Amino acid sequence: MGFLLEPFRYEFFTRGLVAATMVGGLCGLVGVYIVLRRMSYIGHGLSHAVFGGAVASYVMGVSFYVGAGIWGFAAALLINGLSRRRQIGADAAIGIITTASFAFGVALISQYRRFTRNFDAALFGNILGVTNQDLVVVAAVSLVTVVLIFLLYKQLLFTTFDPEVAPIYGVRSGLTETVFSLMLAGTIIASMQVMGVTLIAAAIVIPAIVARLLTDSFSTMLWLATLVGALCGLFGIYLSYFMDVSSGATIVLVASALFVVVYGAVSLRRRLSGRAARQEAAAGRARSIAGLFD
Amino acid sequence: MSLRMAPLADRLDSSERPLVELDDIACGYDGRPVLERLALALYPGQFAGIVGPSGSGKTTVLRAILGLADLYHGAVRFPSTENARRPRIGYVPQLETIDWSFPVTVEQVVLMGLAAESGPFPWARRADRRRMQELLERLGIAECAKRHIRDLSGGQQQRAFLARALIRSPQLLLLDEPTSGADIKTRHEVLHLLHDLNREGIAVLLTTHDLNSVAAHLPWVICLNKRIVAQGTPDDVFTPEILGRTYGAEMIVVRQGDLILVSDRLAATRTEEFDGRAENVGA
Repeated sequence: MGFLLEPFRYEFFTRGLVAATMVGGLCGLVGVYIVLRRMSYIGHGLSHAVFGGAVASYVMGVSFYVGAGIWGFAAALLINGLSRRRQIGADAAIGIITTASFAFGVALISQYRRFTRNFDAALFGNILGVTNQDLVVVAAVSLVTVVLIFLLYKQLLFTTFDPEVAPIYGVRSGLTETVFSLMLAGTIIASMQVMGVTLIAAAIVIPAIVARLLTDSFSTMLWLATLVGALCGLFGIYLSYFMDVSSGATIVLVASALFVVVYGAVSLRRRLSGRAARQEAAAGRARSIAGLFD
Repeated sequence: MSLRMAPLADRLDSSERPLVELDDIACGYDGRPVLERLALALYPGQFAGIVGPSGSGKTTVLRAILGLADLYHGAVRFPSTENARRPRIGYVPQLETIDWSFPVTVEQVVLMGLAAESGPFPWARRADRRRMQELLERLGIAECAKRHIRDLSGGQQQRAFLARALIRSPQLLLLDEPTSGADIKTRHEVLHLLHDLNREGIAVLLTTHDLNSVAAHLPWVICLNKRIVAQGTPDDVFTPEILGRTYGAEMIVVRQGDLILVSDRLAATRTEEFDGRAENVGA
């Protein structure tokens, strides 16, 4: 039993565990909106776009959170605005913006070779490097996100469900979309240290998909995805300690395994209930045929 | 030809001001006009349907009223409301535009109708829930309240979205193809319901491509093809001449007592004649 508590002797582990749990929950929560808006790929693109901002702020000597924050928010607004328009080529435009921003970051790095080590962390996550400041940022972004979702719950639900019709019903969709972009950018930036640019998309998408498989109710999906994300973060970090594997990758693998299990169970249940219904129908037919001979 | 609608003499007092006035508008999207110089007035308590071929701009008329289409010429006015502001509108979109895989139940959809006016908390107020319950009962879908929207019949789906529109107590109800894809019974029920709501004072404007089983049963029909070709009672506008100009095809109108039956000549005639007739289409 004692060996399970062993990692807690290290302060960096405890910090990493708390950060990963919060980031997992935050990504799960925001992921519900992203998945339902069919923007799964955009989470991926946005995290790459933020990378450019992260490098630029490093080169200019600005705080990562300020530089990447402004960059990420601008990119999120642009991408969200483009993706919400029913226009052919919007996905291509988004691909260009995000990849160009990522390429900009890579170009800067190759120019200033000495940062390479730090940007390994930005790309793949470095949970051991989580500082107290990072923890405060993750906690603050999580808190603000929860408060905003609480206050704008109905408006966010309506604009996610039907962005065309929501403003007709008096929903201030401009405000709602801006707040959503802000939440999205905040989530990506707060998660970068733990998950890394390349793995954030999975942390956003998988918990929401798992929750969607388990419920047809929006409110249930919200808390379920948050819970799934937080648990994957917690167990992922734990496993990564014992298996000595990269933390971001372990979190994503744990989530993926959970998805496979839930998907299998849901498919099996559907098949069984389908068979039960067919048997019931067959029995009904047999009864009615039997009735003809009475 | 004057395109301004004359008030219905038997129901509307001629001094009454229109609820919606489209004053010589040209509108569309991305710089391309769909409607050209269209004038239309809709009066409080009116019940009208827009008919026309695909691409004639039926949905765009609704969108112009809602302020969702780009206006290139003219003005959209609401003369009868206070401060001439847009009246409370309940909009029921075409069911085909709904994301049916979205995880919402019927009651969650209906309560969306109050999203902008029901307080800052995520949950519904007790009065709103009561109002929702009344509406669901009135529309006959109370037993579906907790069901997912995909698990409903077409008629129940239509009524769920109608309930979302009605929960705001609208002065005007706009419905885009409310009977498309519906079976005969559902179509009947929806039309009945709309007539009842109209009798309670809600103005109703719908679009339909169904001349025989929908438009023929409405008190007022507007024939649209980029502009208004004609409008009036079905009896007035269901003529081969007007419908031919609306649809750009040769139309047949059969009248027997109160019954009016419309068909296009290609559909109504035998295939041997098809080749000969095809050249006349649009003439």
